[in-house]
Amino acid sequence: MVDLSVRIGDLTLQNPVTPASGSFSWEYNDVIDLNRLGALVAKTICREFRWGNPTPRMAETEAGIIQSIGLPGKGIEYFMEHIVPEYARFKPPLVVSCSADNIEDFAALAEELSKSDDVAVVEANISCPTRNLTGQNFAMHEGYTRDCIQAMREKTKKPLWVKLSPNAGDMVSVAMAAEEAGADCLVIANTFLSLKIRTDNFRPALGNKFGGLVSPALKPIVLRMVYQVAKAVKIPIIGIGGVTCAEDVVEYMLAGASAVGIGYAAFRNPTALVTIIEDLEKWCDARGIKKVSELIGAVKDDDMELDTLVAASKGV
Amino acid sequence: MTQAKTDHYTNSALKIGQVDNYPDRVAGEFISKVVSNDSVNGEYKLIVVEVHEAALRAYAGQMFHLLCPSPDSSEVWMRRPMSIYRINRDARQLEFLYKVEGRGTRGIATLNAGDEFNIAGPLGHGFTLDPQWKNIVVLGRGVGLATLAPLSQLAADNGVGVTAILSARSPDVVMSRDLFEACGAKVVTVVDTDNSSEVGNVEKILAGLIAEKKADAFFTCGSERLLKLMQRLGREHNVPGQVAMEQIMVCGIGACYVCMRTFEVNGEKVLKRVCRDGPVFNMQEAVAW
Ligand SMILES: Cc1cc2nc3c(=O)[nH]c(=O)nc-3n(C[C@H](O)[C@H](O)[C@H](O)COP(=O)(O)OP(=O)(O)OC[C@H]3O[C@@H](n4cnc5c(N)ncnc54)[C@H](O)[C@@H]3O)c2cc1C
Ligand SMILES: Cc1cc2nc3c(=O)[nH]c(=O)nc-3n(C[C@H](O)[C@H](O)[C@H](O)COP(=O)(O)O)c2cc1C
Repeated sequence: MVDLSVRIGDLTLQNPVTPASGSFSWEYNDVIDLNRLGALVAKTICREFRWGNPTPRMAETEAGIIQSIGLPGKGIEYFMEHIVPEYARFKPPLVVSCSADNIEDFAALAEELSKSDDVAVVEANISCPTRNLTGQNFAMHEGYTRDCIQAMREKTKKPLWVKLSPNAGDMVSVAMAAEEAGADCLVIANTFLSLKIRTDNFRPALGNKFGGLVSPALKPIVLRMVYQVAKAVKIPIIGIGGVTCAEDVVEYMLAGASAVGIGYAAFRNPTALVTIIEDLEKWCDARGIKKVSELIGAVKDDDMELDTLVAASKGV
Repeated sequence: MTQAKTDHYTNSALKIGQVDNYPDRVAGEFISKVVSNDSVNGEYKLIVVEVHEAALRAYAGQMFHLLCPSPDSSEVWMRRPMSIYRINRDARQLEFLYKVEGRGTRGIATLNAGDEFNIAGPLGHGFTLDPQWKNIVVLGRGVGLATLAPLSQLAADNGVGVTAILSARSPDVVMSRDLFEACGAKVVTVVDTDNSSEVGNVEKILAGLIAEKKADAFFTCGSERLLKLMQRLGREHNVPGQVAMEQIMVCGIGACYVCMRTFEVNGEKVLKRVCRDGPVFNMQEAVAW
């Protein structure tokens, strides 16, 4: 028996495999047993009703998909009344991702979500690249990140997870700002801002022009970010980006993540989350690893020149 | 090229004969086995697959999400939605009629008998028949005929009479004719080559059926033009209807909100998910493009 459990602050997950926000909903229970997951993660919710972005909302590219959903939803009140109970039927803790255009709304969301015992974690999606036309968001700057997370921290005693953007120029500084402001965990990362133009009619392929690139090809980039941030902060990290198999989970954990989030793989294979959990157990078993948490940050690089590491982290 | 047997993504997908450890599943991921994959005409192919019995819960109007092998050197990233063309429970087979178009469907076209084919489903809400309906009218065009075809089976099973108006560019690409005729439907074909498919002519045929009391309900798929026509006649003559809609899709399960289309419910515009709220919708609520 392998102990697959991991701790994220005070919260224990039965395994490190969680769905990524926005690519999952309780409706996946039609296909897989949700009680097997490390956590349940709801789609990002906003205070107000939002239509979301114009269609088409997805386009395929040579090396992945770009998507621009635009955080559609019926607002926080509807969410608390109708959506939270859908998740509360299952055992894994519920992580609720939220987003806003300004700090007041972010703080109000933190306060509102904290009122429910069924919400285990508040996740601040300060990194959605498709919320508005510019692709801008709080996670692009350490100052905005600090102010936003501080304001949320004041309004909630629940674990506060912060989802960072790979589009920030200096993610390590943004991550440190979030930690200082009181984040309990960093979720790395959201999608890469991107564009596809159709050559048949010269028009952008997505209704919102810009979209977030999602692809297993991005895994090495996000893995590098997780590695760098893990060296700079003390709080746990959840790695998200291009996880498609158990070895990818292992890789993220070796780089310093305590758990992973999975989006695309569950689109390709609706049963992927369960497959990956089972394979992770087999992988550990085959290697005599008793606790999966032993893998966290276990990358063997101590004997590598410090100079090389510093150079790598500066992107030289 | 076939999906590699070592595809590490698919360990939890159900193969034929495997024990179902999650019998509560409404839908599933299945490794089906290709029985045949033959051309029906110059544009369409029919793929017949054998599946685990849990996949046979499908009913008319529902869809499966197909994981397409790549027709070239790079991956086909998203699954492709396809309506169930025919459910053959005795043989444990599902059939999909598809138009060979882009990379996904070209990939499906490469499959051979004996190959494994990963399909997810059955998904969405399909057609329903009100017990009061004695005669229905089915109007489809192009790919839409694939979606409407299993209605013939459903109607026959329920003792409902069917008039099927099949529209196509030319007589050689009229599909599903045999399927409808075998189920006792009255079939009318209309084609572009002799202008019989023009909206004016189709309207005449529909009006005739309404007058003969052969139109308790309308069903359509595959043409925004024909949808508008049926909506108008339906409103004028109080004929209820259902339409199967299409939209680019990602998860197929209702989670990602990619496949949204606009509907008008009680005078108010709303967005619905084609994959889960549909793909079959109340015809009067649909908003044609
Ligand atoms: C519920 C439903 C049922 C369908 N049933 C059938 C069927 O029985 N037979 C059949 O031939 N076709 C059917 N279609 C259409 C079929 O899904 C598309 O023809 C197919 O996805 C095209 O893929 P491609 O790679 O060949 O084309 P490409 O144009 O290269 O596809 C590019 C992208 O656009 C999407 N796309 C393109 N056309 C459509 C479309 N009409 N609807 C939704 N997404 C589209 C593709 O899925 C893909 O993500 C159905 C669509 C839906 C939504
Ligand atoms: C269709 C879609 C919708 C998404 N919606 C959200 C969202 O609402 N909130 C969020 O924080 N991330 C959202 N994401 C990003 C994912 O959570 C995740 O960060 C990204 O897909 C990378 O992981 P992957 O490579 O495993 O897919 C979305 C991604 C996709 C593909």
